[in-house]
Formats: sequence, C-alpha cells, structure tokens
Amino acid sequence: MKSREKILSRILEHQPESTALPFSPEIQGNETGSLQIFTEVLTKIGGHVYQPGNLNIMKDQIRGLFPGKSRKITTLSLFSDLADTGWTIQSPSELKDVEVAIIGAHFGVAENGALWITEDQMKQRVVPFICQHLVLLLEKKEILSDMKQAYSRIGDSTYGFGTFISGPSKTADIEQSLVLGAHGPKSLHVFLLD
Amino acid sequence: MNHSELARDFNKDEQRVDWHDETLFWIRNKRDKAAQAIPEWEQLRESASAIKDNVLSGLHNYLLEFESNALRNGIKIHWAQDAAEHNLIVHSILKASGIRQMIKSKSMLTEECGLNAYLEKRDIEVIDTDLGERIVQLAKEPPSHIVLPCIHKKKEEIGTLFHEHLGTRKGESDPLVLTAAARENLRAAFLSRRAALTGVNFAVAETGEFVVCTNEGNADMGAHLAQVHIASMGLEKIIPKRAHLGIFLRLLTRSATGQPITTYSSHFQKPREGQQMHLIIVDNGRSAQLGKPDFRNSLKCIRCGACMNTCPVYRRSGGHSYQHAIAGPIGAILAPNLDMEQHADLPFASTLCGSCTHVCPVKINIHEQLYKWRQEIVKKTGVPAAKEMSMKLMKNALSDPALYRLAGKTGRFLLKYAPFTINNHFNPWYQQREMPQAPETSFRSWYLKHQK
Repeated sequence: MKSREKILSRILEHQPESTALPFSPEIQGNETGSLQIFTEVLTKIGGHVYQPGNLNIMKDQIRGLFPGKSRKITTLSLFSDLADTGWTIQSPSELKDVEVAIIGAHFGVAENGALWITEDQMKQRVVPFICQHLVLLLEKKEILSDMKQAYSRIGDSTYGFGTFISGPSKTADIEQSLVLGAHGPKSLHVFLLD
Repeated sequence: MNHSELARDFNKDEQRVDWHDETLFWIRNKRDKAAQAIPEWEQLRESASAIKDNVLSGLHNYLLEFESNALRNGIKIHWAQDAAEHNLIVHSILKASGIRQMIKSKSMLTEECGLNAYLEKRDIEVIDTDLGERIVQLAKEPPSHIVLPCIHKKKEEIGTLFHEHLGTRKGESDPLVLTAAARENLRAAFLSRRAALTGVNFAVAETGEFVVCTNEGNADMGAHLAQVHIASMGLEKIIPKRAHLGIFLRLLTRSATGQPITTYSSHFQKPREGQQMHLIIVDNGRSAQLGKPDFRNSLKCIRCGACMNTCPVYRRSGGHSYQHAIAGPIGAILAPNLDMEQHADLPFASTLCGSCTHVCPVKINIHEQLYKWRQEIVKKTGVPAAKEMSMKLMKNALSDPALYRLAGKTGRFLLKYAPFTINNHFNPWYQQREMPQAPETSFRSWYLKHQK
C-alpha cells in the first residue's frame, strides 16, 4: 500500500463519530463597515490613510510622498502620468528595484484594517511584496465591517492568488521592538476615493 | 537532561528569566485586550472548536475533497507517513529541478521533521527567512517559541551574531539597524533562490487552496519569486469551507500577539504561470493521535502560541527546556504522542492551573490532557521511589486524624524551634523558596477554642 492509502485508512479507522458543522456563512446585520474604525485600526498598525477628495489631489499627494525619480509601477491606467503602466517582465525578480507600486484593492475590512487584493489587480503576485512602498486604492463604499462579511463577499470566486494586506510589513522578533519594513514594503498608503 | 534540569539552567540568569516572563505575559495581556474588543469572542471560540471537531470526525473525506480540488487547481499533492518520508519528498522535488539552495518561511512541521539538518547533510543549503528563525539558525539553535522563535535572545547577542555573519558594526544592537541588515541580506537570497518552502496555516477542502499567514511578508517573497514552491502541512490543517477562514483568521493573531490580523494572509489557490506548486500532507503520528479519544483534541491546535505566553512554567523555563519543536503546554501534550518515554517529563512541566485551556482559541482541554498523560506515563513507567514513599506517608497521615494532628503539631514545632531540620539542602522544596511563618496553632484548635 502506498503512503496515501495507509494514512487514509488509518484515519478512517480512527476518526470519531461524525459531528455537525456549526457555522452558516449567511450575513447578519449591517454590511457596511465604518470608515472611521477602518482608518483608526489601519493607522494604529502603521498604515497611512488618505481621503483626497478627487483624483488630482490624490496624484499630487502621491507626488509629494515620492518625489524622486526611482522606479514606480502601476496596474491602473489612471496613473500613467505618475508611474509605468507598460511594464512587462520575464521573471518576477526583475521587479527588485521597484520603489513604489500603485494598485487597486477590492474591499477593506474595518475590524482589522485589511484590504483584499487578488492576482488580477497585481499583474505579478510579487508586486505588493517586493516594492519598497505600496499604494492601494479603495472606493469608500467598499469597506466591510468584519471577516465574516469579507468571506461572504469573496464567495466562491477563483483568483489563483489572493491576499489580505493589513499595514506595512513588520517584525518584532528582536526583543519585541516593533520594526516596520521586515521583508515587504516599509510603508503602506491607502487612498480612499468616492 | 530533563525539563526541570534545563529549567534550572535557564533560571540561573535571573534578569533574563524575569525579562522572558514579563515580556510573554505582556503579550498575553495584549491578547486579552484584543479578545475583549470583540463582543462575540466566546462565540467565535465555540464555533472554531466545533468546526475543528467536525474536521476530525470527517477528516478522511475532507482530505480527499481537498486533494481533488487542489489537483484540479494544478497543485501537486504528496503524502508522507512520517518525518523521513516528508524529508525525502522535499529532497526529491529539489533534485528533480537540480536545486541546491532553498529558502524557507516559518514551518514548525519542518522543525518537527528535522528537515534543515537532513538537507544540509545532502549538501542542500536552507536559509530560514523569518527574522526570528534566521537568528536562531545563525546561532545554531532551534526556535524556542512557535510564534516568537528567538524570544530567549537578547538584542546584544543578536548584534554579535549579525556582526559575525552579516557584517554589521561591532556592538550594534539597535533592532532597527539589525532588522535592516537582515532585510538587505535576505533580499539577495529571495532573488536568487529557485525554491521556496512555506508552512500552511489552513487548507480549505471546498476550494483546494491553502492560506499562509506572516507579518514579515517572507512567505510571499519566497513563494512568488521562486520557480518551485513547496508547502508542508500537517494533515489536521484542513478546514471544510472558505467561509470558515472568517472565523479562524479573526481568532489566530488576536490570540497569538494581540494584533487584529497578520499583515499578510495569503491564499494560494493555483500555481503562478510557469511555477511548480507542491503540497506535502504529513501524518507523522497524527492519525494515531486521532485514535486516542482522550488526546485527539490536541489535533485542533492552530499554533497561535497563546498557551505558551500564559503558562507560568513556560514563561520561567524557556522553550528549549521542552526539547521538542513545539514547546509549552500544547507541546507537552503533542510530544508524548510521538514518543511517550522520551517526552515523559513534559506533562509534569505544568502546574495544571488551566490558564492554557482558558486562552485556547479552539478550546482544547490542554490541562486535562496534561493530567491524563501523567496517568498514562505513571502506569507505564512508574514513579521515582522517593515520590512513591512520600505519597504513601502522605496518604497515611491524611487518612488518620490523630496522625494528621500530630504531624501538624510536629511541623509547627520544628519550623519554630528547629527550622534547619526542614530548610536544608536535602529538601528541594526550599531551594528557591522562602520559609513560611509557622502559625501558633492549627485552624482546628483555634476553631474549637472560639466555638466555646
């Protein structure tokens, strides 16, 4: 017998009598999350949240944040005047010198400041991790209250790869001192638009 | 050396043990604050526990469901009965692509399997990329905590390690500077390694995807840059539905560190275009544990580490004193399943206070299982003669009122007039304790007197 069959038959022999699943994923209560809570939570964990009012103000703010000539890429044609939209690569490691990446997020979660992003928004999976600074765009109305609603929104969609990002990359492994910028972005900037 | 001997060593540095104790309890307090901010917290624990019960009761079919969905997603599935088979599979995957260097994010399972040592013997270099794990790897030590691998190390020691291995300035111990040096150094590794191994926090039967949680982003940096992604998972990591992640991700990090969620919760459903994605499902004693009604509950563990942070013994003995990949209360009930005689000391490394059970997000009855393991171990290996003798004497005294009163009287007399007969180096009880003040009289005689 192969290992697979041996393991499975031992499990079948040993598993206890069937018990019921308790949880039904239906939505209860209010679906919209609080913008204020989202902002508070995300700020507390090291993220920056902006409400620029309109696109032009937002572009000025991004220019102000990252004035240098370093490599900026985006997956949104909206920002073609700010960052490279036409980038194509053979290998993901070619993105090693990206200073700023600007991408969209599907929705945010108020209780933990997390934003849901899928592969189609990244173009390359490594983009939101390899850049030094990450800028995310989110529609104000796309803020949900908690993770239960988040998964209800995700539903049974297929995405190849998807991730919740909550704040900049961080570590506290050295004597519990919090340091932002472990292996991923050193800063996260979330722009909320109407 | 057993747990208590190693714990005694750890306690020789009083300042360090105080720091360790207080820091872990500070994290436990952060966990409390995070939990109390969620009104439905207890309901979440209840649901998580019930989902895991359901998983254990239907594990056979859930594993098959997961396998067929993952295969459809393009993930290659491997099955390993034990540590040796797991290591062999990893090695053969690397060999097939001619890879001699691999990076790895946190996986306690690979610690359990001794993967690093196995691969190094076969001339394959492994670099751990979680900062804490990288630090203990450079120090040639195992992690001492599943979430905080180098919690036993002081920044000055880390500074010395980094000076030796990463070329930081001598005497540099600023966490900011040291983290930046590690980032720089590991970036080069991320960019050049063709294989990355990650752990698995949750595997969803319904969708055939798996979820990996990190704060540093190291699992993602590794997986998305490498041509070969290997994920190793214990077979108990299955959850039935994607929507259940909505419960577990709310509990996991709040219980672990008091954060509302990890920075990254990454869902791997399909390999990247042109990438190989392998997933190894590992048994290594788990299916046997499933057959033990008193102990199977331990398979519900989601590896948050809350039981360690709260444990008065763990906080004062350090993770290395457990001599097992998973230390602390949960480790003390998992380890005897792998080898009861080798780990016979661990279920005794507890006060049975129950704090671990109280904070467990999936409601594992940890302290009850510790007590049950003690009974199993005593039945099998017996107790030391001195302990057996003193228990017999105690039993006689406690079952005979006259003898009990005489013993009490003698004890009070000796403590008052001849304390050296009790407080001497033959009595281990007094090695780290102060003498109590002996009461003038017993409660019984006080009561009899005042009743009149």
